[in-house]
Amino acid sequence: MSAGFSDFPPSFLFLFFLSKIIMKGIVFDIRRFCVHDGPGIRTTVFLKGCPLRCIWCHNPESQEIKIETIQKVHSFEGKKIAKNEQIGKNISVDEVMKSILKDQVFYSESNGGVTFSGGEPLSQPNFLQELLQLSKSNGLHTTVDTCGYSETAHFEAILPFTDLFLYDLKHPDPQIHKKFTGADNRLILQNLKWLSAQNTKIIIRIPVVPGFNDSEKVMNQTADLLKELAKNLLEINLLPYHEMAKKKYERLGKPFALLPSVKVKNENLTIFKELFENQGFKTKIGG
Amino acid sequence: MNNRIKQLRENSLNATNRISAERALLLTEFFKSNVAQQVSQPVKRAMAFDYILSHKIICINEGELIVGERGPAPKATPTYPEVCLHSLTDLEILHSRPKVPYVVDEDVREAYRNEIIPFWTGKTNREKVMANMQPEWIEAFEAGVFTEFQEQRAPGHTAGGEKIFKKGMLDIQQDIETSIAQLNFFHDPEALNKREELKAMHMAASAMIKYAQRYADELDQLANSENDSKRAAEYRNMANICRHVPANKPRTFHEALQHYWFIHVGVITELNPWDSFNPGRLDQHLYPFYAAEISNGSLSKDQAVELLQSFWIKFNNHPAPPKVGVTALESSTYTDFALINLGGVKADGSDAVNELSYIMLDVIEEMRLLQPSSMVQISKKNPEYFVQRAVKIIKTGFGQPSLFNTDAIVQELIRQGKSITDARNGGASGCVESGAFGTEAYFLTGYFNLAKILEITLHNGIDPQTNKLIGLKTGNPLTFKSFSDLMEAYALQLGYFIDLKIRGNNIIEQVIANNLPAPFLSLVIDDCVANGRDYNSGGARYNTSYIQGVGLGSITDSLTALRYHVFDNQSVTMEKMLEALKNNFVGYDELRYTLIHETPKYGNDDDYADQSATEVFELFYNAVNGRPNSRGGYSRINMLPTTCHVYFGSKINALPDGRKAKEPLSEGISPVQGADRNGPTGVLKSASKIDHIRTGGTLLNQKFTPSFFKDDESIAKLAQLVRSYFRLDGHHIQFNVVSAETLRDAQKHPEKYRDLIVRVAGYSDYFNDLGEDLQNEIIRRTEHENTF
Repeated sequence: MSAGFSDFPPSFLFLFFLSKIIMKGIVFDIRRFCVHDGPGIRTTVFLKGCPLRCIWCHNPESQEIKIETIQKVHSFEGKKIAKNEQIGKNISVDEVMKSILKDQVFYSESNGGVTFSGGEPLSQPNFLQELLQLSKSNGLHTTVDTCGYSETAHFEAILPFTDLFLYDLKHPDPQIHKKFTGADNRLILQNLKWLSAQNTKIIIRIPVVPGFNDSEKVMNQTADLLKELAKNLLEINLLPYHEMAKKKYERLGKPFALLPSVKVKNENLTIFKELFENQGFKTKIGG
Repeated sequence: MNNRIKQLRENSLNATNRISAERALLLTEFFKSNVAQQVSQPVKRAMAFDYILSHKIICINEGELIVGERGPAPKATPTYPEVCLHSLTDLEILHSRPKVPYVVDEDVREAYRNEIIPFWTGKTNREKVMANMQPEWIEAFEAGVFTEFQEQRAPGHTAGGEKIFKKGMLDIQQDIETSIAQLNFFHDPEALNKREELKAMHMAASAMIKYAQRYADELDQLANSENDSKRAAEYRNMANICRHVPANKPRTFHEALQHYWFIHVGVITELNPWDSFNPGRLDQHLYPFYAAEISNGSLSKDQAVELLQSFWIKFNNHPAPPKVGVTALESSTYTDFALINLGGVKADGSDAVNELSYIMLDVIEEMRLLQPSSMVQISKKNPEYFVQRAVKIIKTGFGQPSLFNTDAIVQELIRQGKSITDARNGGASGCVESGAFGTEAYFLTGYFNLAKILEITLHNGIDPQTNKLIGLKTGNPLTFKSFSDLMEAYALQLGYFIDLKIRGNNIIEQVIANNLPAPFLSLVIDDCVANGRDYNSGGARYNTSYIQGVGLGSITDSLTALRYHVFDNQSVTMEKMLEALKNNFVGYDELRYTLIHETPKYGNDDDYADQSATEVFELFYNAVNGRPNSRGGYSRINMLPTTCHVYFGSKINALPDGRKAKEPLSEGISPVQGADRNGPTGVLKSASKIDHIRTGGTLLNQKFTPSFFKDDESIAKLAQLVRSYFRLDGHHIQFNVVSAETLRDAQKHPEKYRDLIVRVAGYSDYFNDLGEDLQNEIIRRTEHENTF
């Protein structure tokens, strides 16, 4: 017989809930009015830390699971004013929830909700689970934007509190995947297969990166893989790579990998979209 | 758009804005006559109205279907010397100013020099107003604490109700006769005044019937000499229409439009009321005519569209009467603020959107004209498709239609004491002002500079621009021990200046009631006829005097900066802050950086930053709301600036929010330009913390780049954003859809962007017609960019 809450003394229960509320994690941004990270109007919480090191990563400040300090030089009235800026904040579940709930009226009007992104949100599995659970208990639609590289048990833990997964699929080939992201894709594919078997809602997101996966061959292989692994996908989003993060790398003092051609051709995107559509996938360019 | 409309539109766009001396000369002739000396003031004004309408040039433009022009030609704009007399210098300014000029020909100057100026000097309403103002009022006015709407124009503002479409002039004359018959000379001490007023109204109605008759005669003549048989038939049809309306109530769609247009021309010829006149709920008023004719086959949808487009062009032919000095600064535009309302709810509270609402949206999109302004009322009962249709037009980037919350407007009006039916029949006119259409005289009395009050408070009653003591001595700010000491001093100063303003309003309203009765306008606004009282002296069912608060974002951020740095964190001394302000931050770059970038700001849904917004709002509301005016009604607040935030900014030195001297203040209830960093939901949440329901209108602008409207899904999300704001009781929101790059390019190459229309503040204007400071300010307003 499992123990119900009533079996514990009240003081224990109090401490139990207190520990949940004061649980902290590292968040590097909370953005409101996000309209590309799931249905409706959403707030996206960006958790810091990522197991991958994709060379095109547009959020390089999200990779390390620790607070970083960078120096930003602002031009102000023709002068340079240098300011230290802290990337990431150690923040409690309670504080994050307060921010999320600020836009409740917008969520209910638009059938929106909250999205957890990163980094890789599952880099902080307990923190994420807590946030998801509290979001659900506030009646919010929840989305997790994941690279898929995490223990399957972590997915299992958050599954009951997650309405939608935005699941990245970068490359079907384990070796190339490893070369460009620092890890091979076996765990990612395994998790996708498992998730898909749970009948949960999944949108596959494919960053289209020149010189990495922007060929019909790779996209065909990806489509085949998806047909094999994931039966009930909602749709596929093709996200064209952009160079907007270049400045961020400079500020972080990290090298920005120069890719052979920096802009994805629109024609290619259309070809890829048709390719997936011909295989029976609903496909969209952009998130 | 068919060829006729294309041509009419082109002619309207190409017509030159110029001053016409026609009205001023006719008025002068009449006022010089003996008869003018022998009658009561209302009758004199009615006779003057009759004289003008009987002698003005009958203007019928090539190809048009709706006739009636205020001046002798499109955009030939009359003056109103009985209200405000332009000097020869004023005329030269109008003629030669780079922005919003009006061409003044030599014959107009001649007429002014020889006839108009000699006669009207010393007799104008403006001089009577100024002679009655106390010196403290003049000082505050000159310091830029408040402006005065009734200085150069007659009181606004009003919108027609359904009565206009249900009664002809003859019907109203019958009502007048009934009112006269019921006058009680035994018990009513005002009976004689009422009889004179009613007589005047009766004469004004006759004058209008005769004016339409002149059009009918001219149209018949044109028909006789017209070779094109099709156009000749049109002339005959139009002549018949002008014989029927406005004497009688309209029977057809075409008659209804012509009927309204005659009344519109009448109202803006009689006087130059602030915000011209307004057909109000046009889709509601016209629908019965439309539906009946569509079902009996006498009108096709295409014909209805063509007539509506012709009607739209008539508005565009009528720029605002020219303003000079401070009045030109507070509202610098050709727009005369007729604001067509679509959607909303019916008198019984049900969804009012009908087929015509959509047709009119099509017309708005296709005509793409500065005038009339248009808006959609959005009630929770209106279909989503209607909202999305409106957002799709906004996407095209000319600032129309603006979006209003019907459910808030109805509550606002009911709170002010209107019946639920009158409230539901109401809407917004001008920029964003709530009113009970057809039953209310709501005068905008002046903008009030909420930020200037802080500057005066921080200088112990002295205006640092002039070093004159113009306020109360509320204490040296260096002696303030807490933030609440500061707020107490601010509240005292605010109360003092509001008292000055309201006292002035009540005097001005009496001067106008005696001097400038408007018997023609009184015909169409209930219950002027039944009450035997003029629109300008409390004849309407509801009589409201609005004071418009300006600079909410600037005052909020300035107070927050003081609270945060000087009192709560004690990181900056009051002394240092005052020194920095005095030096316009020269030598205080670090401090200014901190004030701008490291201080909580209004517009981010941060309760700490937004607290001062609600505090200032409550102070302003409590100082104004419910104070009696001199027309049997009450003073109320609303929050809108038109272009006054630029003028008000020019009267203030540096402010604690980091704004430098003379820069514009924030506009409406929008955050300070660039202060909102948390996206639109943060702005909307902050803006909804003040209680819109206790205002008579608030104005919120949000600038979006076109990428935000890229597909139906994005448009749906914007519609949901609006709906959410309205759930929070937001009154109005408008989107500016244009990229900053486009605007910068337009500044550099104005010739390439002659048609670029942007949302300014409660109205749209040609970007080229805006002053450079206003252009810069619009560029700076936060662009909400979406990232991938």
